[in-house]
Amino acid sequence: MMNLKNTVAAPAPKKNFSWNNPATRAIVYQVLAVALVGGVGWYMVHNTLHNLSVRNITTGFDFLTREAGFAIGEGLITFTPADTYQRAITVGVLNTLRVALCGILFATILGTIIGIARLSKNWLVRTVASVYVEVMRNIPLLLQLFFWYVIIIETMPGPRKAFHPLAGVFISNRGIQIPSVHGEGLTWLLVGLLLAVLLSLTLRVWARRRQDQTGKIFALGRSTLVLLLVTPALAWWLSGTQMSLDVPELKGFNFAGGLTLSPEFAALLFGLVIYTSAFIAEVVRSGIQSVDRGQWEAAGALGIKNSLVLRLVVLPQALRVIIPPMTSQYLNITKNSSLAVAIGYPDLVSVINTTLNQTGQAIEGILMIMAAYLTVSLSISFFMNWYNKRIALVER
Amino acid sequence: MANAIISMQDVNKWYGKFHVLRNINLEVASGERIVICGPSGSGKSTLIRCINRLEEHQKGRIAVEGTEITNDIRHVEAIRRDVGMVFQHFNLFPHLTVLQNLTLGPIWVLKTPKAEAEARAMKYLERVRIAEQASKFPGQLSGGQQQRVAIARSLCMDPKVMLFDEPTSALDPEMVKEVLEVMVKLAEDTGMTMLVVTHEMGFARKVADRVIFMDEGEIIEQNTPDAFFDHPQNERTKLFLSQIIH
Amino acid sequence: MSVDPNAVNSSSGPGLLSRVPVLHWLRTQLFSSPLNTLLTLLTLWLLLATVPAIIDWVFLKSTITATSAQECRKVTGACWAVIVEKHRLILFGVYPYEEQWRPLLATLLLLGVIILSGIRRFWNLSLLVFWLIALTGAAVLMWGGVFGLTHVENSRWGGLPLTLMLSTFGIAFAFPLGIALALGRRSNMPAIKTICIVYIELIRGVPLISLLFMSAVMLPLFLPEGLTIDKLLRAQVAIILFAAAYMAETIRGGLQAIPKGQFEGADSLGLTYWQQTRLIVLPQALKIVIPPLVGLFIALFKDTSLVVIIGIFDLTQAAKAALVDQSWRGFSIEIYVFISAIYFVFCYSMSKYSQSLEKRLATEHQR
Repeated sequence: MMNLKNTVAAPAPKKNFSWNNPATRAIVYQVLAVALVGGVGWYMVHNTLHNLSVRNITTGFDFLTREAGFAIGEGLITFTPADTYQRAITVGVLNTLRVALCGILFATILGTIIGIARLSKNWLVRTVASVYVEVMRNIPLLLQLFFWYVIIIETMPGPRKAFHPLAGVFISNRGIQIPSVHGEGLTWLLVGLLLAVLLSLTLRVWARRRQDQTGKIFALGRSTLVLLLVTPALAWWLSGTQMSLDVPELKGFNFAGGLTLSPEFAALLFGLVIYTSAFIAEVVRSGIQSVDRGQWEAAGALGIKNSLVLRLVVLPQALRVIIPPMTSQYLNITKNSSLAVAIGYPDLVSVINTTLNQTGQAIEGILMIMAAYLTVSLSISFFMNWYNKRIALVER
Repeated sequence: MANAIISMQDVNKWYGKFHVLRNINLEVASGERIVICGPSGSGKSTLIRCINRLEEHQKGRIAVEGTEITNDIRHVEAIRRDVGMVFQHFNLFPHLTVLQNLTLGPIWVLKTPKAEAEARAMKYLERVRIAEQASKFPGQLSGGQQQRVAIARSLCMDPKVMLFDEPTSALDPEMVKEVLEVMVKLAEDTGMTMLVVTHEMGFARKVADRVIFMDEGEIIEQNTPDAFFDHPQNERTKLFLSQIIH
Repeated sequence: MSVDPNAVNSSSGPGLLSRVPVLHWLRTQLFSSPLNTLLTLLTLWLLLATVPAIIDWVFLKSTITATSAQECRKVTGACWAVIVEKHRLILFGVYPYEEQWRPLLATLLLLGVIILSGIRRFWNLSLLVFWLIALTGAAVLMWGGVFGLTHVENSRWGGLPLTLMLSTFGIAFAFPLGIALALGRRSNMPAIKTICIVYIELIRGVPLISLLFMSAVMLPLFLPEGLTIDKLLRAQVAIILFAAAYMAETIRGGLQAIPKGQFEGADSLGLTYWQQTRLIVLPQALKIVIPPLVGLFIALFKDTSLVVIIGIFDLTQAAKAALVDQSWRGFSIEIYVFISAIYFVFCYSMSKYSQSLEKRLATEHQR
């Protein structure tokens, strides 16, 4: 039996600076690499400063406070050519976020439906879904954007002959008009919605506790649905305030009122959603297929209904496989929205490009673009790593 | 047979054109232990999987405890509550702990309160001698341990019949014994009706009331273990027995 | 004694619908349950609403023989005549008309080497030689100036050959860079590891378009005064750097999939790091990642369409150029469809090939 008190600490490793020592070589290589990268970097910076001074362009971000002098086609906040470059860039960022978030939402919904359709027992549904995925995946996004843009601009009729599929919705070559909601009543509606969400969360906790204690299962899904529909309506009705529907109307040569989705926005959104949904469909399909058939069988053999099997056994395992590539698709939507510059939608890249061309501040402009996208992608990477660690299946 | 717990009459099944079960007639009495053996492709797994509707038979009648298996989903769910199954590849749920694997069925199907479900789960975990692994995940256990958990999981539903589909075929040799011991103990301590598809003939001799030999979708011969192994009647049975070492 | 499932039977046996194969298929595949029936009807309705109109436009009411735009405008269907008229412009850009056999040959050369890379018999060092021949050959053909070929400025290159060149050269040069980055990222030396990680994450975090802008706008600033690199080369460099980062990640996945025992076995034989990497690690890793690499190539092929935004004349830009001709204005859809078809054929065949390759490699692994 070893007497631990008598063991001697291991001797410190001898420092040997000969070339044969891998540690020495490692240090030498690293110093060389850093020197190389640093040297190249310094050389580029030196040249840049020289070239900029030759062209009389100052570095720095002061140009942001200067007057922009160009107009922006659309945005969530008002903008005139008299506003600063800084405001212009803000409009661009908001536009990017607007199209990216809508794109993510619709692409996820459409992609999930198509992904599940690819696994359907129905041959027709399965084939149509497969054809969709193969066609949309193999045509470049830029081409699809051009295609949608051209369809809206060239083949859609003018405002006077616009398509009128639903009440208050018009599709023409000026874009898509939909009715919008105004008034105090809207605030109450949203308050009601918030309340409904809080109530359903509390209900969930209560239902779970009741099931633990008595075993009775509560119809949570149906109740939540009812809550989400009834509470906002109730809140609005009780408040007695007004809420009006602003319906677009044809006035002269164009529409007034309502919400306008410009052709550029519509084309970009369609293109992004349809292109990315094909990839998301594949992600969802492979996620569901990754769950071994034996899991379905074992849960079924215990007598659990198919819908519960999906919820308790299959989906948790499928989501593990789905979420990493899904977030990378979300990232792709955000990055691909930069193609907006090709069809004239004023997103972040487009606005900064204009700024860059006008002021000559190329470095600052590009740095801003990269900083914006890097922020988004690094945060998503970060989230991905955290999520992966958290839900990783525990194994030996 | 009156009061047969499982009754199969003229059961036939096809996979496309392949006739996998041919005119199966089988009556299982309550508390009976049956071992089904045969060469691979003989349809033995398909037979027991028809009993809990993991496979659908196209012709004939299967009834469990008097309830006939049809396309009516409520019948199927009722039967699955009373019939437990142990799979060759365990099929434990990897994202749930051992304890959660066992309580999933009781909580969501039998609507048992959580505390009661957990107590029952621990009882069965002790019975299969693996109680200390309750909070581990299946990925952390050996094959033999996982299969024992799978047996406990089925037992938690308090089934009347237990089906075993080649429970030890995927295990390393040194783990086969621990699982067989659990199954023998189950047979000896409870009056559980068991249908076991296996090649483990030692188990058959020890525990079975009847051994059934299947080949090419038909039941060729069935007899008590001693009669079956020592005096096989049919040529095909003799051929099969000569090929396996027991 | 077996019972014929197709024979007439009383009880729960196969009935009439199972006897006739077509009806049986229809029943199980399309109408097996109320939900399924609903889905089938819905899909059929969707198809009937869209497909006949499309077929009408594409085939029935279209024309391919019209000789002028006015004639085409009279037709309600597609005007494929515009493709007949403009196909050389679309396919070859503004390359001098008489010399267009050269981009054609260059395209065939590049396609040839790509197809060759797909045939397993050639997966050895000779492939490297073929690639070198193909790349230099394509460059020489396009540029001219030697071997009696007239020199053609690369501002006149365009269309399909340019797209193919950008992607092929891109992948070819990104490959060694990607391998270096992947190995560097897995290195034990912190400085090298950090440099590689920073590069990879930086490039993967930004859209290709910003890199193309960078190459168009910033690269001239980085270079000493007087030294200029032409636009196409700048774009090509940007594409190479972009592809290298994504390839590095894919190759890294392959490196991670190699069991530790391989490294230990190589060490125990006394192999140095570079010998190990060259002889044992890389061959296995690269074999594993061939399918995803093919996917990268397909993606790169599609992404080269972005050079249109910085004014380089690739296949996508060719559409715009063809439309500049005022007499054929208004037929953009036909042109976009034509170009989409070219991209689709190329990408789809590559992806099908990649899937079959993956299946074959997977079954081999299982032995």
